[in-house]
Amino acid sequence: MTTPMLQIDDLHVHYGAIHALHGVSLAVGQGQIVTLIGCNGAGKSTTLRTVSGLLRPTAGRVLFEGKPIHGRPPHEIVRLGIAQSPEGRGIFANLTVDENLAMGSFARRDRAEAARDRERALDLFPRVRERLKQNAGTLSGGEQQMLAMARALMARPRLLLLDEPSLGLAPQIVQTIFKIIREINAAGTTILLVEQNAHKALEVAHRAYVLEVGRIAMEGDARDLARSDAVRKAYLGVA
Amino acid sequence: MDGVAVGSLYALIALGYTMVYGILQFINFAHGDVFVLGAWVSFAAAGAVGLSVGDQTAVPAWLVWLLGAVSAGALAAALYEFVLRPRLGAGRPPATRLTWPLAGVSVVGWGTLLLLVATRGVVAGGSHTIAGGMILVLAMSTCGLVGFCLERLAYKPLRSAPRLNVLITAIGVSLLLQNLGQLEWMFGTRPDRMPTLVPDTVLFRIGHVPVRLVDVMVVATALVLMVLLDWLVFRTKMGRAMRAVSFSPTNAALMGVDVDKVISFTFVLGSVLAAAAGFLYGQKYPGLNQTAAAGWVLLGLKAFVAAVIGGIGNIRGAMLGGLLIGLLEFFAVQYVPEGASLRDIFVFGALILVLLVRPSGVLGKAVTEKV
Repeated sequence: MTTPMLQIDDLHVHYGAIHALHGVSLAVGQGQIVTLIGCNGAGKSTTLRTVSGLLRPTAGRVLFEGKPIHGRPPHEIVRLGIAQSPEGRGIFANLTVDENLAMGSFARRDRAEAARDRERALDLFPRVRERLKQNAGTLSGGEQQMLAMARALMARPRLLLLDEPSLGLAPQIVQTIFKIIREINAAGTTILLVEQNAHKALEVAHRAYVLEVGRIAMEGDARDLARSDAVRKAYLGVA
Repeated sequence: MDGVAVGSLYALIALGYTMVYGILQFINFAHGDVFVLGAWVSFAAAGAVGLSVGDQTAVPAWLVWLLGAVSAGALAAALYEFVLRPRLGAGRPPATRLTWPLAGVSVVGWGTLLLLVATRGVVAGGSHTIAGGMILVLAMSTCGLVGFCLERLAYKPLRSAPRLNVLITAIGVSLLLQNLGQLEWMFGTRPDRMPTLVPDTVLFRIGHVPVRLVDVMVVATALVLMVLLDWLVFRTKMGRAMRAVSFSPTNAALMGVDVDKVISFTFVLGSVLAAAAGFLYGQKYPGLNQTAAAGWVLLGLKAFVAAVIGGIGNIRGAMLGGLLIGLLEFFAVQYVPEGASLRDIFVFGALILVLLVRPSGVLGKAVTEKV
């Protein structure tokens, strides 16, 4: 079996005295979209923040392409090829849209290639292109989400971490966002998607994990999970 | 003209307050003391190039040179590494491998240059312009180094501590700097006289206001530095990173920004500007008080007021605030009866007024939480 792109083994994370992750294990294969679904406070964002190096695990390992990365600082992890579009979009509202994009390629030194990626990202998100000179704080929620994803792509990641890209957006925009997630994946980027919108997430994902209070409750093929009774009841709102 | 000159110095100092606040949301109360240190290092450096009036400091000349050369080298390397190199663009080896050799090269380079001027200064009485430039660079880089060390030793360990702890630490650092400067082997407890580098001539008059050469020098130097800073913050990659960190350190880290480096860089920048202000202040008012004198503290405080009036965290606001405060102060001295003894009242009165009417400062934006 080939080594997965991202492998998390028995991960424990604490916020002070609070035990947030109780031994989470998951794997993201090369070229896949893997989704991590679950309720508020289940530990989805905590998992992503630990992968990005914003949090240090108290136990367990995070392997990227077979090499351990847990405990390394976030700015080094970006350079390894993992970019995150954070929860709440994390737009720099005091910078212009263009400057936000430039922040995405902060870690890169290949200017010409970065300029090409910028064009590619803007082709993917035409709405962002229309607003390049604007202050990023003036964008609507949907536009901010598109900017956040375009910005993450500017790092030319091999693994893209998306934290709740559909949060607080109108259904139509959610549709667009998920269509683009598919396109990004089709172009060769592996994606780990954290979502509360389980329905949409299971539709685009290859594999899925269900997180419940810091533990993996279920895992499997996304389509199988979407059909399973437990998931339908708890997350898809089907009685 | 005094108002413009002193105002531009307030602006230089205020920039340090406002930049650190913008990034760490805390007031670095030791910043005013870095300004004082800048003035005294200039004095020591002037002594070392052989320019002095009356007393010498106890600081041996070779120590001044060594410190200056090392820190100037490091500063040059840092500026090259963080500001210029990213602009030069592609196809260069990664940062860390180049930094140290580069620092070495510039240390040697600066060292030789400084020695050259030193000899010239001693032998021929020296070219005052070059000597002045050297003293300025030396004061700036020494204080830059001090700023770097302060942040690393005093503030960085408290990064996750409550804000009040950091504030108290800043006051402690301030007292430490004030009292260190009083030690006999540093600058001593007696006031000294800074050698002036330009003759005291009146260049021309605007109305009946005389414009002196020293005023022009102070304003021009301050202006150049502020334009450079503005360029750095708004036009370079490092400046973009600074602004990103000031908005959200976490998200900046996710972009690949080494937040600690940006914070250190900010402290160094602020200290460098404060040191320049210290040097220029010594040229304008050559009587240097001992480092813990109340007058110094007041100057630092007024610069802080300038930062608040301009809008704390706002770089262009700090520049404007500095000028406003300087002008207000000297207009009061000139036109209000008994104004000279009431000048501070006007400055702090303006602070109260601004806080009442427009608490976020002249150029500051009201902080609104967007949900």
